[in-house]
Amino acid sequence: MSPSAVLVVSAVLFALGVLGVLTRRSAITILMSIEIMLNAANLAFIAFSRQFDHADGQVYAFFVMTLAAAEAAVGLAIVIALFRLRESTDVDELHLMRW
Amino acid sequence: MELVAFVILTALAVVSAGVVLLHRSPVVAALSLAANLIAVAGFYLLLNAQFLALLQVIVYAGAIMVLVLFVIMLLNLPEEARRHDRPSAQSVLGMALAVVFVAVLGWALARASSGQEFPPSSPTFGSVGSVGTALFTTFFYPFEAVSLLLVVAMIGAVLLAKRRI
Amino acid sequence: MNWLEIAITLAEILVVANALMIGVSIMTWIERRLSGMIQFRWGPNRVGPFGLFQPLADGIKFLMKEDIIPAEAHKPIFVLAPALSLVTALCAFAVVPFGPTVEIAGRTIDLVILDLDGGLLFGLAAASLGVYGIVCAGWSSRSKYALMGGLRASAQMVSYELALALSLIGVVLLSGTLRPVAIVEQQAGWFWNWNVFGGWQILGFLVFLVAGFAETNRLPFDLPEAESELVAGYHTEYSAMKFSMFVMAEYIAMITVSAMATTLFFGGYQLGFPVPLEGWPLAILQVCAFLAKLSAFLVLFVWVRWTLPRFRYDQLMDLGWKRLLPLGLINVIVTGALVAFDLLGN
Repeated sequence: MSPSAVLVVSAVLFALGVLGVLTRRSAITILMSIEIMLNAANLAFIAFSRQFDHADGQVYAFFVMTLAAAEAAVGLAIVIALFRLRESTDVDELHLMRW
Repeated sequence: MELVAFVILTALAVVSAGVVLLHRSPVVAALSLAANLIAVAGFYLLLNAQFLALLQVIVYAGAIMVLVLFVIMLLNLPEEARRHDRPSAQSVLGMALAVVFVAVLGWALARASSGQEFPPSSPTFGSVGSVGTALFTTFFYPFEAVSLLLVVAMIGAVLLAKRRI
Repeated sequence: MNWLEIAITLAEILVVANALMIGVSIMTWIERRLSGMIQFRWGPNRVGPFGLFQPLADGIKFLMKEDIIPAEAHKPIFVLAPALSLVTALCAFAVVPFGPTVEIAGRTIDLVILDLDGGLLFGLAAASLGVYGIVCAGWSSRSKYALMGGLRASAQMVSYELALALSLIGVVLLSGTLRPVAIVEQQAGWFWNWNVFGGWQILGFLVFLVAGFAETNRLPFDLPEAESELVAGYHTEYSAMKFSMFVMAEYIAMITVSAMATTLFFGGYQLGFPVPLEGWPLAILQVCAFLAKLSAFLVLFVWVRWTLPRFRYDQLMDLGWKRLLPLGLINVIVTGALVAFDLLGN
C-alpha cells in the first residue's frame, strides 16, 4: 500500500462523484454524489497527514466532515422546500429562471 | 495482510459508489453510500488515523446518512424512471471528462511517489490526544468559526423547511 | 501475524457472544416472570420448574414458524435489516471490560475483546449504526405502519445519541481517557470512588440512563414498536427467525447499555470494597460483581418498562432536545469546573 495507491483510489472516487453530479436527475442523489466527492478529498488529506506524520491533515479532514454535515442539513432543507413547491425533486424541471 | 484489506476496501468503496451512481431507487443508493462511507473509514484505519475513522462512522455514516434516509422516506421519493432515450450530450461529455480526469490525476499521483511505502508513523499518530491538541492549539480560531457556522446552518435548515415563517 | 493473540481474541469473542445469547434467553424469562409479578399474575410457569424452560420453548417455536416475506417488500433489504440490527448490537459489546487482567499459563490476558484508545467512541459508533437496521426494516416492508415506525425510530435514536455522547463527556473529563479499561481501573478502591458518587456524575448517570432507554427503544420510549398504536411498528411484517433476531438485537442492546452504565459510572468490575485476595479468586469475584451490577440494571430496565406509560412522540422529542441536551451541557460545564479547579479529592 503506497501513498500513490491511496491517492489513485481517492481520484477514482472523486471522479465517480463528479459523474454522479452530472448524470443523476434527483436532487438528493446529486447531494449524495457531492458527499462521495468530499469523502475522496478527506481520504487524500488523511493520506498526506500519514505521509508527513503531522496531525494537520486530520484536522482539515475533521473540518471537512463538519462542513459536510452542515451542507447536507441545509441542502436537504432546500430539497424539502422545493418538493413542497414542485412536487418533484427532478432538477431538470427547475428551469424557472432560465431565459 | 494489509494489502488484502486494502484491495477489499477499494473494491467495496468503488462498487458502492457505482451503485450510488446507477441504481434507480434513492433508498438503495443512500444505503450503498453508507457502505461507501464505512469503507472509507476502513481506509482511515489502515492509515492509522483511528480517531478520524471512528468520527467518520459516527458523524458521516451514523448521522448524515440517517438524515438523508429520513428525508427520502419522508418525501416518499419514487424510483427514478428508466430512461429509454439515448444518453444526452451532457452525460456523454461528463463520462468522457471523468475518464480523462481519472487518467491524468492518477498518472500524476502514481508517478509522484510510486513504489515507496508510507514512513512508519509515530505511536501517537491519529490518536484522540494528538488531533485534539492540534485542534485546540493551532486551529483554535477555525474551530470556533466552524462551531458558529454549525449554528448558522442549523438555524438556516430549520427556517428553510418551515411551512410558514 | 501473532496467531496466539488472534486465537485468544477469538476465544474471548466466542465466550462473550455465547454469553450474550444465553443472556438474551435469560432476559426473556426474567421479563415475563417479572412483568407477571408486577401485574399480579403468574408469568409462564408450566414449562419446567418456575417456567425456566420457557426460553427453550420460545426458541423452538421461532425456529419452526413459517417465514413470511410480503410480496411487495424489497427482498434484499428486508432480509438484511434484522442482520444489521443484530450485528451492530453485538459489536457494541466488544469494548466493554468484563474482568481484570488475568494470568493463564504465564500469559496476561485482558478480559476485554477490543482495548482501543478510543473505546467509548467505538461504542457510540456501533450505537449510531444500529439505526440502520430499524430504518431498513421500516422502509423495506412497504407498509405504512412499518414506515411510520422506522421514521420515528430513526429520528428518536439520532436525537438521543447526542444526549448519550454528552453524558459520556463528563466521565471522559474525569478520567482523562477514552479507554473503558482505564476508566474502570481509576475507580478502584471503596465504592465512593465510583464515578457516580466520588466523581459527582449523578446527573451524567441519569442523562445516560434516560438516553440509553431511548436508544434501545424500550419503554417509556418505545413508540417505534408501540404495540397499541402501530401494530408492531417497524417489525410488523417480520415473522419467525427474523423477528426473533430483532428481539435478540433489542435485548443485546439493553445488555450493552447496562454494561456501559456499570463500566462508566458504577466501577465496572470493581468490587467497591477492598478484599484480601489476589490473582484468580479476585478475578472470579470481580467478574461476578460485574454480572451482578449488570443484572441490577437489566431488572431496572424491565421494572421501568412495566411501570411507566409511553411517551407521546412530540413529548419524546421535546425531552431529548429541550431537556436532556441542556442537562448534559450543564453536566459537562460543572464537571469541567470540578476538574479544572481541582475540587475533587484525588
